[in-house]
Amino acid sequence: MSLKQFILDLRKRKEIAQTGGGEQAIRKQQEMGKLFARQRITSILDKDTFHEYDMFVEHVARDFDMEKKTLAGDGVIIGTGTINGAPVCIYAQDFTVAGGSLGLMHSRKICKIMDHALQMRVPLIGINDSGGARIQEGVNSLAGYGEIFYRNTISSGVIPQISVILGPCAGGAVYSPALTDFVFVVDNISKMFITGPSVIKTVLGEDYTMEEIGGARVHCEISGNAHFFANSEEECFDQIKALIGYLPKNNQSKSIKIEPKAPKSRTKLEAIVPGDPRQPYDMRDLIAAVADDSEFLEVMEMFAANIIVGFGRMNGETVGFVANQPMVLAGVLDCDSSDKAARFIRFCDCFNIPIITLEDMPGYLPGIDQEHMGVIRHGAKVLYAYCEATVPKITVIIRKAYGGGYIAMNSRHMRADFVFAWPTAEIAVMGPEGAASIVFKKEIESAVDPEAMRQAKIKEYKEKFANPYVAASRGYVDEVIEPADTRNRILHALEVSKDKTVHRPDKKHGNEPF
Amino acid sequence: MTSSEITTFRVFIAEYKTTLTTKFKNRKKWFPPNKNHILSIIPGTILEVLVSERQKVKAGETLMILEAMKMANRIVMPFDGTITKLHVKTGDIVPKRHLMIEIKQA
Repeated sequence: MSLKQFILDLRKRKEIAQTGGGEQAIRKQQEMGKLFARQRITSILDKDTFHEYDMFVEHVARDFDMEKKTLAGDGVIIGTGTINGAPVCIYAQDFTVAGGSLGLMHSRKICKIMDHALQMRVPLIGINDSGGARIQEGVNSLAGYGEIFYRNTISSGVIPQISVILGPCAGGAVYSPALTDFVFVVDNISKMFITGPSVIKTVLGEDYTMEEIGGARVHCEISGNAHFFANSEEECFDQIKALIGYLPKNNQSKSIKIEPKAPKSRTKLEAIVPGDPRQPYDMRDLIAAVADDSEFLEVMEMFAANIIVGFGRMNGETVGFVANQPMVLAGVLDCDSSDKAARFIRFCDCFNIPIITLEDMPGYLPGIDQEHMGVIRHGAKVLYAYCEATVPKITVIIRKAYGGGYIAMNSRHMRADFVFAWPTAEIAVMGPEGAASIVFKKEIESAVDPEAMRQAKIKEYKEKFANPYVAASRGYVDEVIEPADTRNRILHALEVSKDKTVHRPDKKHGNEPF
Repeated sequence: MTSSEITTFRVFIAEYKTTLTTKFKNRKKWFPPNKNHILSIIPGTILEVLVSERQKVKAGETLMILEAMKMANRIVMPFDGTITKLHVKTGDIVPKRHLMIEIKQA
């Protein structure tokens, strides 16, 4: 055989492997609005940067006539490439090959690229589209999942891990995404659940669709399992690229600095926020007025909207914003918003991203349902995350900072590096209405006109205590600033915190309130 | 998801103007547990009902078998008393927190 023939033979083998489950299967995917696994990878990566490995891997199942079947690449594609020039490792399950089911070699391929990502300290992107465990491979299949979970866990906090759900992801398979940092879903395409419609039907006699149990909306709005919602795969890929742009490659490096741009938003900060602390405004307008180029990539936009978390840039460098949203549930902390904030704070701390906290909240959500759901242990996650974080931590108190909420939202006492307050800030043990009613209970009750007395006492309390100056007099607030100076103060604080160093006692790890 | 409708929302004594989330609006109201109600603690199928209405039963006696997650669970009488009402029969599929039996303490 001439060399040319060897080459032609190789090309032919590659061509066969690259067609996955065949044209008909690919077309069936496309009819559901789904791209072929290979197209998904090339759409996410920079043009012509994808390099595939293990294309010729074959399954090793020998039972149930499996030895007679060949499965292209064993139903998964792995490789490396770049996104905006930054290297990533990537894998995509191929639903056209045996339903993307996970067998031994399939899992070994995923593990290979995961090991590579960890060793090379580059982000990992996993595209999930699989019917689940390959039943014919039995316990080998389960072993495969376990090996993936182990790697997800060991890589956590070392490299950013991104999961993209572009099809079914059921049973044990959901736990790999759940262990990663960010989960992307697409409406009508993504389905994640532990027990599907047939099991629920058998056990409960209740009929639910996959969409109702674990569709994209469910996980973005109700369960909080997913972080980014898209209407199409293309939109999803754009979101992934945007996110990667904000992240460092690993926990030893910093995110790429880009040319700093002033905020586009020309709205004056004092025009955004009403003076009456009971009137709402959209906190995102304030972030837009502070962040570089008014750019903000919100994480978990649809879940627990009473708190806002996401990435922006200050002086060209990535920062994480954590901000109460007075527009939703008055910006209270509750179980869901605590979980959301705590996990985001920990991500930022893992990857050297400074945290900017914008505070305007009346406290914790009162209610027996919250207490029973464990608002104590969920709320504790926020405290733990802030206290534990060693990245630069800057707080700006816009208006309300009451009680436990004041402490929780990155207060000086939990080692904020800088605490600024607007003159509108009300830093107090509770809202003036409640405090006055308790402190002046006797005077109010014995007054000729109790309501008039109550109002008078509220006013008195407000003037004395509902301001930033009591806290400033103790040094809990570093500076009371004019709203217009907010961005400059944050920029300066970040600049002087660049080489922040914190020493902690030796320990294996803490025992955070999971 | 959040509705755009601004409403009045009470936190302790103060009232705030804000919007509510669908999840918040759909939250379940809580009722204190009734010791005379035996509820299913897990969804499953009634394999066998061993008592009838008005029957006197001693604490610890098995009232019924609820099969759930491939396990036959014995549902036992919490105190000496009477069966006042049976809400399920053999073969019924019950969801979680479903009222199965009403009882009365002796």
